[in-house]
Amino acid sequence: MASAAPELNRRPGRRFDALVAWVDARFPMTRLLREHATQYYAAKNFNFWYGFGVLATVVLIMQFVTGIFLTMNYKPSAEEAFASVEYIMRDVDWGWLLRYLHSTGASAFFIVVYLHMFRGFMYGSYKRPRELVWLIGMFIYLCLMAEAFFGYLLPWGNMSYWGAQVIVSLFGAVPVVGEGIAEWIRGDFYISDITLNRFFAFHVIAMPLILLVLVVVHIMALHEVGSGNPDGIEIKEHKDAGGKPLDGVAFHPYHTSKDLVIIIVFFIIFSAVVFFAPDMGGYFLEHANFEPANPLQTPEHIAPVWYFTPFYAILRAVPDKLFGVVLMGGAVLLPVFMPWLDRCRVKSVRYRSWIYKTALGIFAVSFLALGWLGLQPATGLYTTFSRIFSVLYFGFFILMPFYTSYEKTKPVPIRVTK
Amino acid sequence: MTESQRLTRRHFLTAATAVTGGVGAVAAAVPFVASFRPSARAQALGAPVEVDVSKLEPGALMKVEWRGRPIYVVHRTEAMLGVLGRDVELLADPDSADSIQPGYARNDHRSVRPRILVVEGVCTHLGCAPLPRFEVAPADLGADWGGGFYCPCHGSTFDLAGRVFAGVPAPTNLPVPPYRYVDDGTILIGADTGSV
Repeated sequence: MASAAPELNRRPGRRFDALVAWVDARFPMTRLLREHATQYYAAKNFNFWYGFGVLATVVLIMQFVTGIFLTMNYKPSAEEAFASVEYIMRDVDWGWLLRYLHSTGASAFFIVVYLHMFRGFMYGSYKRPRELVWLIGMFIYLCLMAEAFFGYLLPWGNMSYWGAQVIVSLFGAVPVVGEGIAEWIRGDFYISDITLNRFFAFHVIAMPLILLVLVVVHIMALHEVGSGNPDGIEIKEHKDAGGKPLDGVAFHPYHTSKDLVIIIVFFIIFSAVVFFAPDMGGYFLEHANFEPANPLQTPEHIAPVWYFTPFYAILRAVPDKLFGVVLMGGAVLLPVFMPWLDRCRVKSVRYRSWIYKTALGIFAVSFLALGWLGLQPATGLYTTFSRIFSVLYFGFFILMPFYTSYEKTKPVPIRVTK
Repeated sequence: MTESQRLTRRHFLTAATAVTGGVGAVAAAVPFVASFRPSARAQALGAPVEVDVSKLEPGALMKVEWRGRPIYVVHRTEAMLGVLGRDVELLADPDSADSIQPGYARNDHRSVRPRILVVEGVCTHLGCAPLPRFEVAPADLGADWGGGFYCPCHGSTFDLAGRVFAGVPAPTNLPVPPYRYVDDGTILIGADTGSV
């Protein structure tokens, strides 16, 4: 033993290598790092649209951390919830920051996720062989919606209360068993302490666990098939003698160093919102939620938080209860089928026809317009416009198999462009 | 034991284990699913409430909480009752055939006594509390508005008997809870005598 030690110390870092070897013999640490970072090759022509996946992960971690610390002072009961949030805001050291990071983080989460999804629409990220990556991603999006909905009840403000009342009542539209399901979800005849307590359990344990597992599965599936790129070329088809894609660079250190810049820029903008406009003029934190839940008084103007309003506008546009709920659900679920609705072989919008570019433009405008209309009262002209944009939104998806079948596409380059 | 016998035996054991395990998993799920139902305490809290309507001004509305739901008690004036017969053809369910109410409230004024209306302030669309809008022909609801209820969530409208207008998201009239008169000026919401 004594004779071996000097030899180990001869080269600096030798002891560290020995430690790594010791771990690697017991856990695939080096192998995992290589597979997912230092020898995971992604295209070198990524543009900024490819930064939102990393940002979504960063925001997820931030929500976990701030959420855990909020839980330490929050009380999940109808009697105490509203006051405990006020207590966090006023009496807990830095509590206001923890809460604003978490509430602004929720909106930031949806902004980066919507941009991440739109990237997929533009560059065909859902196409073969990435269908499963897309499906898992859509499932993450649905879970994120549930997570946000459960969390929104927790402050027990009046908008929390009536928002939950409306969303849970959606299940009541199901024929025959609907009312029973709504009662089963609430655990009571109305939104009560019982409902709040179980939503808390969903928000802090059940959904985060599922989200975490799904995000890991999403990344595993992505790394199995490889990341796409703005040209829609499979970089694995052109490798050098060593088997490394010619158009790819290692995720670490090349993409990680670029991602670090994206993360810093994101936090500069994010901090500006947290410190100077945490309620974003009523869009991130709704003003009606600054008064406690009142089961006898619906707020004068009720609207969900901005990230649900496109679907809410569709719900309101339909003058029939069941059909409205069905259409709203359909609007949320339609993107799931993108891999099969889009018949065009060309992935990137750069080389696709004016038809798809126009359709994508109409979709983007409809989504934003519906989002704005969902925040307005449900009267007159607003309803008319909601109906027009609902038709356009559905048209984008339902007509897709037809207008993408006969696209005149441009030639796709063999190798990625600059 | 021959090779085929061993295979049959193995298949049988696999199937038997799968079935037993499957039945066990379903049985184990029952308590978890059932724990979501309203608890015994939640069910016990639905006791009736007594309301004094003798001091309710004509034309005024009073909100009472029963089973966590807002109950609207309205003292309708002669003029308000007069409006009820006016727009019958604009209503989705004028005879309350598809709506929820006790038999004794299934009439044109949807109440035991014509003047006092008792309805749940729960929109039949998605459960918001409709706002009382008793003024006649306000700017936002149009010149034909004879007074009634307007749901701020999705724009459903109801007349002064809680009957829903056609062409709005709410499918049926505002529900009438069971209630009865204890004496001339007092009603008990949540309990009735079963008939009338």
